[in-house]
Amino acid sequence: MTALLEVRDLRTQFQTEDGFVKAVDGVDFTVESGKTIGIVGESGCGKSVTCLTIMGLNERRNTTSSGEVLFNGEEILGASGSRLRSLRGKEIAMIFQDPMTSLNPVHTVGRQLVETVLLHNDISKAEARARAREALKEVGIPRAEQRVDDYPHQFSGGMRQRAMIAMAMINDPKLLIADEPTTALDVTTQAQILSLMQKLQEDHGTAIVMITHDLGVVAETAHEVVVMYAAKVVERGTVDAIFTAPQHPYTWGLLGSLPRLDAEIDRLAQIPGQPPSLLNPPRGCRFHPRCAYVMDVCREKVPELMGVSHDAAHEQACFLDEETKTREAARLFAATMAAGTSG
Amino acid sequence: MVQYLVRRLLWAVVLFLAVTIVTYVIFFLVPANPARLAAGQAATPERVALVEERLGLNDPIYEQYWGFLKRLVFDGSLGESFVDRSSVNDEIFRAAPITASLVFGAMILVLVISVPIGILSALRPRSVLDRVAMTYVLLGISLPSFWVALVLSYIFGFKLGWTPIAGYCEVVSVPQAANCGGFGDWAYHMVLPWLALAIVQAGIYVRFVRAEVMDTMTQDYVRTARAKGAPERKVMKDHILRNALLPVITILGMDIGLLLGGAIFIETVFGLNGLGGTAIRSIGQFDLPVLQGVVIFGAVAIILFTLIVDLVYAWVDPRIRLT
Repeated sequence: MTALLEVRDLRTQFQTEDGFVKAVDGVDFTVESGKTIGIVGESGCGKSVTCLTIMGLNERRNTTSSGEVLFNGEEILGASGSRLRSLRGKEIAMIFQDPMTSLNPVHTVGRQLVETVLLHNDISKAEARARAREALKEVGIPRAEQRVDDYPHQFSGGMRQRAMIAMAMINDPKLLIADEPTTALDVTTQAQILSLMQKLQEDHGTAIVMITHDLGVVAETAHEVVVMYAAKVVERGTVDAIFTAPQHPYTWGLLGSLPRLDAEIDRLAQIPGQPPSLLNPPRGCRFHPRCAYVMDVCREKVPELMGVSHDAAHEQACFLDEETKTREAARLFAATMAAGTSG
Repeated sequence: MVQYLVRRLLWAVVLFLAVTIVTYVIFFLVPANPARLAAGQAATPERVALVEERLGLNDPIYEQYWGFLKRLVFDGSLGESFVDRSSVNDEIFRAAPITASLVFGAMILVLVISVPIGILSALRPRSVLDRVAMTYVLLGISLPSFWVALVLSYIFGFKLGWTPIAGYCEVVSVPQAANCGGFGDWAYHMVLPWLALAIVQAGIYVRFVRAEVMDTMTQDYVRTARAKGAPERKVMKDHILRNALLPVITILGMDIGLLLGGAIFIETVFGLNGLGGTAIRSIGQFDLPVLQGVVIFGAVAIILFTLIVDLVYAWVDPRIRLT
């Protein structure tokens, strides 16, 4: 059976006044129907651009992409504008980080939902409106019959994100790309939005690509995780593998910098340094200037993604010997578990 | 809403008082004697004194101003000209349609020119079209309107003979003595003045539309629209333009109000005897009542169009509530 979405060796670069920025540099991953994949990484690591490239939504003028994006076995990277438009909003939907600015302020929420329906379905306006009301009800908007005629500014942040999700799900897409859907929301709302997305996934069998920098979100929602650093995938595996036996020092850094409630500490742990410039990335392993385990080889050669010996589905790109990795991973896991039990 | 309108109306009254008082004070600070001018060069000092008495120029300023206010409020009259005792109301009603013809026609032309060019420029920044448009913007902002008007009337009116060089034709109530009239003649005579005013004004509007469209194109909701699968035409029409043209309404309303007070240069070049001409003549003759009439008309036009802008804004942008 072919996967729903297969991304192979995806590369995207932007032409800027200072030169070419390789925003995505050889990314591979696969999304199975009905599953959730989490793409994790710092700001500017290329995770959003990866998804915009899949959707064909990058600025055409200064962007070039190569590689393969297979949706249901069909190559959609570089597909015609009309083919992409017929996929967008119908087969592949997307929701964005900031619900405050992602809805058009001068149209009612209902009108924006109706627009999405009518773009892809040959039905009457009244039927589309009925669907819009249903969709708002399904995402838990109270009094949806009346709220459908409200303008976005009359909705709270969480409600707007619900409306965005309703708009994304209204044509029953096979794939939902969620670009940091909870980042702009407060914590209690975050949890509601995530469980709403999980419920919709169960009801509709939608596959989700969840882009986030929040490992908590990944742990709660994803089946598989892709960790990106500086436009490259540095580690990939099932959510269990990533959390119980992380292999890459960058992943350790991400896990180690999660806030802990159990220990009295003055400062949160952090990964030292800044993410590198993609205009002129470091030679060798891109993480080496910030890595505590750096070796000579890291400065010279680029590590390839390779399977971990006991788990073929778990891949990582680091030169460290497996013994060190296993030891560090176990130490980190023990600390996390300690936090879990006492917290 | 009603409360809002009442408050706006009160402000308009305050603004009206301020504008008229300032005009009065400035007028009396100028060291010249309107009575002398009105009585004529050959007048004896006795005659001038008589005229002063007649025009009430010997009364203190505040009494003159009070008289002016009383006449305006109770009789709806702007008074009589110092020079020929004709009614200022009549003069304003004669001149205002001419200026209004010029301004509204030209502003429609401004929108017709600037909105498409601004959009195309924004869609292809740094393209040949964009560079040509930006050069035009620079010229439009830099060139004086009377120069553009003169060049147009020289080329199209004089050399090519396509249009009249000067003059105005009434659309309705054509006077007996007039040698032209009706809508066709009116438009035919207005073509060059419209073009001249529009060419100069449109430059800034092209720049403005371009900037607003470019800014709106980067908004998240535009990306959302594309992510829904909306075609570019629809994205532009439903999602970009409606938001981008909101601020254009503001400056359009303000400019119309401002220009209705008289587009002096264009009117002069094309021999349109509108409010601009009236204002200049009244200043030259120290004809305070007529000048005051033009000033009041201009102030009312600005107040009215700012109010219209606010009402339109509230209607177009659901986030704005008039309270």
